[in-house]
Amino acid sequence: MRWFWIDKFIEFESGKSAKAVKCVSLAEDHLHDHFRYLPVMPHSLVIEGIAQTGGLLAGEVYDFRERVVLAKVAKAIFHGTAHPGDRLTYSATMNDIRENGAYVSATSHIGDTLHAEVELFFAHLSDKDQQRELFFPADLLSMLRLLGLYEVGKAKDGTPLQPPEYMIQAEIELTKTPSIS
Amino acid sequence: MAPSDDEVFEKVREALVDALGVDEEEVVPEATMVGDLGAESIDFLDIVFRLEKAFDITIPRDELFPEDILTNAEYVQDGKVTAEGLAELKKRMPFADLTKFEANPVVTDFGNLLTVNDMCSYVKSKLS
Repeated sequence: MRWFWIDKFIEFESGKSAKAVKCVSLAEDHLHDHFRYLPVMPHSLVIEGIAQTGGLLAGEVYDFRERVVLAKVAKAIFHGTAHPGDRLTYSATMNDIRENGAYVSATSHIGDTLHAEVELFFAHLSDKDQQRELFFPADLLSMLRLLGLYEVGKAKDGTPLQPPEYMIQAEIELTKTPSIS
Repeated sequence: MAPSDDEVFEKVREALVDALGVDEEEVVPEATMVGDLGAESIDFLDIVFRLEKAFDITIPRDELFPEDILTNAEYVQDGKVTAEGLAELKKRMPFADLTKFEANPVVTDFGNLLTVNDMCSYVKSKLS
């Protein structure tokens, strides 16, 4: 099981904005207890999905070399609840990004209806010298491909977004390594 | 035209209310950022973004909160800021009143020094 709280990107403009969708399904275990007779997508997991949308938007600016972590939920206002069968659209806008962090505003919509408004701060972990990666580059790249980032992504100059070269190299290296499974 | 002291205070107050989730009444000039308003280190990044937007200024990293000095072994010994460190802090933070801190410069107390008034002085120094 992977901690995926978005299903795919539908728009992505490098350093500017990103849109991702999350389809809520009764097949998700957590909805069976939250709540037993009224399955509701937990607000916290909506925020997590928005953070994944905004966090990848922030990470891409520095070619995913910074270790981006959600540092603060500055604002989270929910106007309603999401239920199985709903398709949530998370729209994240980059307000500001710099070497030590990023500030993102986002919304969640169910169809055309505003569902939530969220403001998030991401920090770039500074202890880079310790060489602890949050993700292996090849794993991260496969995740980004799964999410369709490179199908819809646009680089700053409007051309299709390409994975950073070091990630492609890591992916090639991985295919050369015999599988242990 | 540069904004008046009251205008600066009002905008700083708005930024702090939004960033820290405190009530307007709590944000008074003498309130300390960490002790009274509960600011944590990540909040300073939030505050920096909001002040930049509100005043159309640029705040370089570590200028408002010089973490680099406080974590530099050259300027800190046995948990206290050295004389050189204090000189560096004063140079970097002309907007802050460091008199109290100088008497007992324990690093962990530093965060409790900055007041709302210091934030306003800082903004004014950037605007002038």
